[in-house]
Amino acid sequence: MTMDSEKNSLGRLNFKSGSSAKVSRVLEYSVLVLWALLCLFPVYWMITFSLKDNAQIFGANVIGLPETWFWSNYARAMTLGRMDLYFMNSFLVAVITIIITLLASCMATYAMTRLVWKWRGTMNKFFMLGLTIPIHAAIVPLYVVLGKVHLLNSLPALFIPYSAFALAMGILICTGFMGGIPYDLDEAAFLDGCGVWAIFFRVIAPLMVPAVATVGIYTFLQCWNELMFATVFNSSEAYKTLPVGIQGLAGQYLREWGPTGAAMAIATIPTLLVYIFMSKRIQESFIAGAVKG
Amino acid sequence: MRRTLGYRMNIILFLLPALFLFVAVLIAPIIMSTYYSFFDWNGLTAPKLIAFKNYVELFTSKSISFLPALKNSLLLALFSVLIQLPFALWLALKLSKHLPGERAFISIYFMPVLISTVVIGQLWLKIYNPDYGVLNVALRAVGLESWTRSWLGDKTTALGAAFIPTLWQYVGYHMLLMYAGVKGVPRELLEAGMLDGCTEKQLNRHIIIPYIKPILRVSVIFAVTGSLKSFDLIYVLTNGGPVHATEVPSTLMLNLLFLRNRYGMGSTIAVMLILLCFLFALLINLAFKEE
Repeated sequence: MTMDSEKNSLGRLNFKSGSSAKVSRVLEYSVLVLWALLCLFPVYWMITFSLKDNAQIFGANVIGLPETWFWSNYARAMTLGRMDLYFMNSFLVAVITIIITLLASCMATYAMTRLVWKWRGTMNKFFMLGLTIPIHAAIVPLYVVLGKVHLLNSLPALFIPYSAFALAMGILICTGFMGGIPYDLDEAAFLDGCGVWAIFFRVIAPLMVPAVATVGIYTFLQCWNELMFATVFNSSEAYKTLPVGIQGLAGQYLREWGPTGAAMAIATIPTLLVYIFMSKRIQESFIAGAVKG
Repeated sequence: MRRTLGYRMNIILFLLPALFLFVAVLIAPIIMSTYYSFFDWNGLTAPKLIAFKNYVELFTSKSISFLPALKNSLLLALFSVLIQLPFALWLALKLSKHLPGERAFISIYFMPVLISTVVIGQLWLKIYNPDYGVLNVALRAVGLESWTRSWLGDKTTALGAAFIPTLWQYVGYHMLLMYAGVKGVPRELLEAGMLDGCTEKQLNRHIIIPYIKPILRVSVIFAVTGSLKSFDLIYVLTNGGPVHATEVPSTLMLNLLFLRNRYGMGSTIAVMLILLCFLFALLINLAFKEE
């Protein structure tokens, strides 16, 4: 299910068209453009008001470009709002989650696709259950257990659950990629005297780079934006992630929107940058997850 | 190399990290949640076994008001299936016909899905702001002063106002799935339809939509289970208020857990949510098979 299979697409099929058809084409196109504007507006508005002061935000210049650019909003979000700390926390949580997810899901996929044993199909189905289990299911027991082992209010309280919930998707994507690697490679390496570990790390892992990128991006998006676990498992200022930090900041700056806007821009811009450069791969990973799940 | 002890050992070692995480964080907690749901427990004193009393209380107690919360989330599911999905399908069908800017439209429509729900929620909070929000400012500008209100603070409009950002954010997600499906329709089928003199509408209705039914099924399941589980945007926009007008099961669950220390009851809601999600997924699957 790729998105650019030209030969299957509907392009250049000619429908009979008259002038009334033309009018409806124009109307339809206007709806498409209008919806695009509605999708872009909140982001545009966020970035513009993050650079305005109250007089502009609440005054005559509600939706225009900033007249004078208030970069001080960003400085205040960083220092007073502690966005620098939250950014670092979010970044660390995301990176550690990605590493754990990648390693665990590549290894498990290897065991379930390249090594031969009786229950490997069943085991794969078992992991795929993870695609449908909502995080709500785990919240009370995790809260209780994390409390008992004194891990509440720490970064592991987030990256351990995030990795576990990202696993199913990781295995799903890795299975697709690993199936495409020819088995001759394993056999050649085996004849050269490699054991399964050497085959995995020297032969398979280097060929998994595209999957690593897809799983990495998908996992990044999941944990960068996650709110429920981040709110419940962390109440300590020192370990807040961006979503929780923004919630706090917005409550604190009720009468002044500039710094909140800046904080939100700080949290959103990395995502948008990743999206601009890898939009197709991101979209394909979402499609893959849905079609299988 | 097969069938040796070392080979089996290696299989286990390769599986171990994933299996450990998966069982410890997903599977065991589901079992524990179910277990807790049979207890009256405040997290501090010893849990007291009360069998199904939590479930009975959940459905009968007025002070917990689970049924109104469930009704709200089902209403969201209904709007999602009746408005969001048809609109997403319309977008997907239009965009798959090689319009100028096709790729750009897809990318823009999908963008809200990737933005943090907290950011989206905070932005909509500001759009709805009674004094300075874009919505009221715009209404005043066109002379509809009387229409302005505190959209999220007014009991009559809060639920609708809280639903709109949720529906808006995920249109692009469903559109993307359906678009991929439409692109996968074999060209021969479409050409056969064209030869039989199908109009665009007939082609959509008799060839494309039946062909992408499996994807539509996935979309309906996601829309319904997603509505049942909805949390982030409601939490940011209203946290269930004003006076429980926008309460959904997830916000109720967190309130019971952390404001009222009712761990047993919180688990009961979690279990009900999982059961309802599976039940609805099953029903939707059956409905699609029937046709």
